[in-house]
Amino acid sequence: MRSIVLTKGVPDFSEGAVSFDEDGHLERGKTPTVMNPNDKFAVQAALQTRVRHGGHVSGMSMGPPGYADVLKEAMETVYTDDNYLLSDRELAASDTWATAITLCAGLETYQEEVGDIDIVFAGFKSADGETGQTGPQTAWAMDWPIVTHVLALDIDPDERVLRAKRLVEGDIDEIETVEVPLPCFVVTDPEFEPTYRKASHRLTHKQLRAETEERAADHEEHLTTWNHEDLNLDPDYIGLDGSPTIVSSVDPIPKAPSEREATMIDPGDEDEMSEMLEEMQPYATGAGD
Amino acid sequence: MSTESDDTGEYEHYEAVVVGCGPGGAAAAARLADHGVETLVLERGTEAGSKNVSGGLIYAEESAAYTIDDLFDGFREAAAERPVTDYHIHNIAGNKVKSYELTDLHEHDTDWCDAVLRRQMDSWLERRVHEKTSETGGGVLTDVRVNGLLRENGEIVGVTCDELDPIKADLIVGADGVNSELARDAGLMDWEEPDEWFQGVKAVVDMEPDVVNDRFGIDDDEGVAHLFSGDLFEDVRGGGFLYTNEDSLSIGTVFHLDSLVEENAEPHELLDALLTHPLLAQWLRDDYDEREYSAKLVPDSKKVAHPEPYQDRLVLVGDAAGQMQAQGPIIKGMNHAVTAGALAADAFVVTRDDAESEAAGRRYAQMLEKSGTMDKLRPRRYELSRGVGEHDLVESAVDRVLESRVGSLAVGNPIANGLLKRAYNSPFLVSMLPDTSTGYVTLPTVIGEQHGRTIHWGSEIEPPTLEERIGDLTYDTDVGNPHIELRDESAEASGAAVHACPVSAEDFGGGCYRSETVKTNGTEETLVSLDTQPCIECGTCAIVADTEWEHPRGGKGVEYREG
Repeated sequence: MRSIVLTKGVPDFSEGAVSFDEDGHLERGKTPTVMNPNDKFAVQAALQTRVRHGGHVSGMSMGPPGYADVLKEAMETVYTDDNYLLSDRELAASDTWATAITLCAGLETYQEEVGDIDIVFAGFKSADGETGQTGPQTAWAMDWPIVTHVLALDIDPDERVLRAKRLVEGDIDEIETVEVPLPCFVVTDPEFEPTYRKASHRLTHKQLRAETEERAADHEEHLTTWNHEDLNLDPDYIGLDGSPTIVSSVDPIPKAPSEREATMIDPGDEDEMSEMLEEMQPYATGAGD
Repeated sequence: MSTESDDTGEYEHYEAVVVGCGPGGAAAAARLADHGVETLVLERGTEAGSKNVSGGLIYAEESAAYTIDDLFDGFREAAAERPVTDYHIHNIAGNKVKSYELTDLHEHDTDWCDAVLRRQMDSWLERRVHEKTSETGGGVLTDVRVNGLLRENGEIVGVTCDELDPIKADLIVGADGVNSELARDAGLMDWEEPDEWFQGVKAVVDMEPDVVNDRFGIDDDEGVAHLFSGDLFEDVRGGGFLYTNEDSLSIGTVFHLDSLVEENAEPHELLDALLTHPLLAQWLRDDYDEREYSAKLVPDSKKVAHPEPYQDRLVLVGDAAGQMQAQGPIIKGMNHAVTAGALAADAFVVTRDDAESEAAGRRYAQMLEKSGTMDKLRPRRYELSRGVGEHDLVESAVDRVLESRVGSLAVGNPIANGLLKRAYNSPFLVSMLPDTSTGYVTLPTVIGEQHGRTIHWGSEIEPPTLEERIGDLTYDTDVGNPHIELRDESAEASGAAVHACPVSAEDFGGGCYRSETVKTNGTEETLVSLDTQPCIECGTCAIVADTEWEHPRGGKGVEYREG
């Protein structure tokens, strides 16, 4: 089995890492870039496939040279064998369409130069754009079948078939089982959890982890960077020029007016505690009534 | 590894599955791998050693069939602390102390003896075992709890786990420790009688290497062992120990569990009685920094070492088979586990072509016997003298004589002093010591009173409270999935756990077991309640209370850093 996992770098929106200016605009320069949180489920699915069926997993991302760190994270956490970064000034400011065209070119170049792909894994949306378009558009550009919201996977390499349980959201969530021929695209749901119930799978996992520690320490050696010429892409159809999306304006979300006030109470101080309880008394409902 | 079929959910098969990666499991696995056997090792801790506690001396006996450094090159340099080069016993009566050097006894049949801390030691063993077993198609998996035996047509054919599908094997080595779930599943061991067990409690105390050297008068490559007995612990039968590590001390107490229960003693208070005794002040001074509090149940091999520790394809090694020799002041467990583990591996290899499922087990039992291991664990001398020595009437008569003027004079005269030292150093006499308070309390107290010198200084040590000790431990709590259930919450059935549990105490709300007074319809009743969060998995309550006792799932529960 040969899998590709697509990943993207996004601003680290976690508390303490993210930085906003006075107007509430994100300060990209001050906010570190991390792997898109939803992609972690995609890489876990790729790892599970690798552990169960063997083979090769490559990471691929489109973005500035700094995204190499995101790919390195993919190598460290889910043991990709090698990584491919599609990086070029001409690719800057791509929307989902231009990104999909570029990723498609990346996958095709990979097939020509490295080997035939069986499965492409992608996370279900990015933490910054939140469009959820790039995965499906790339599958469409490749003309491959796609299964989205995947919760669990079962692959039959001999029959070249992938069976997946997928979440169908609605008034009542349903779980649907689908079967698709390989090669295909798989978009994981955040509920995806890899399972390793066989001792041999866990031993393989442990072996991969040991091998990866050496590899990740020398990440540059395992990273290939392709520009638009390597990908045989016309600059008019990629980057900002190739992006049909027009963003007219962005309104910051106004801050909620705050009327709350907080008092710190030492739980060891009996007087303060009983004062607080007295103040809360009128609002007490339920228990004891 | 061969798989009958991945997709139909059939079970994986390994030639050997070893449950637990302590010294017994590690020895078995290493020896199996040396013989080319495909061996899978399953360890429930997040790393081997994270669930293990010992007092901390590992012996290499001259007479042993296998020692740990036979099986693991470089063990002493990489995994052990200091060697024991000096060995003393202190008989305490109040603030009077009589000390004897025990080096002769200690060195009897001893090639070497090192202090160890189990996290460091077992995690090192785990890495070596993984290297060896990986070469024969297996390996070590951590965070996996084996919860029972897999049977087919009533015969044991493998193991079941919380985290993995069942696994089949030609040989199953149960090295899952003192609370072995496999031994109990097979009906080979039980948790019934408190008098078959000891409970050990230990504090690892931080101390810079040069301070250790200075206070004990030793060099970097030397270490000491001190044992303590007498009235320090009131009437509870047991004693204390102090061993030097590279940059810490292991200080602990070991008591007969039945005695702890009878005396309503609090294990942590007995440990504190030792820590704060003036005798220890010379070493601890006033800068006491406790790194870790821990506890462990110790099987008394004289009573419970199973003479035939096998069933079908299952063999038990180490604590799981009760192979813990506690005789007089010397406690030996890890060395016997190592020997037993290696013998079990050899037994499997020599009977490999025998189709009969118990062939390996039977051969293993024979090898335990032939190698002399079983006689160390269950000495015939003890079996013979026990009937007399542990008779209540004899005990109280001997005690009365010893406590009388005549007896005290007899033990207390200068000739007796020389004889006593010789007696303590006689492996023959020590192996006959009956397990009564005579040996543990009366005799040492009389010796202390009659021969002891008085210590005139005090101790300024303030050990941490139980709450602080629990607070300093690392836990990964399996929220909503307690591993112990209280079957009977009456004080009669389970009240003993409130005292005997090393992380519980009367009038302490932060421990595992608490007593509560409940008023119903005008009557008052004392009930016991249980919160497993602070549990350190020693197993005491499985014996002294009415519980449904299991280990937590893989990687969950307490994680010892020192051990």
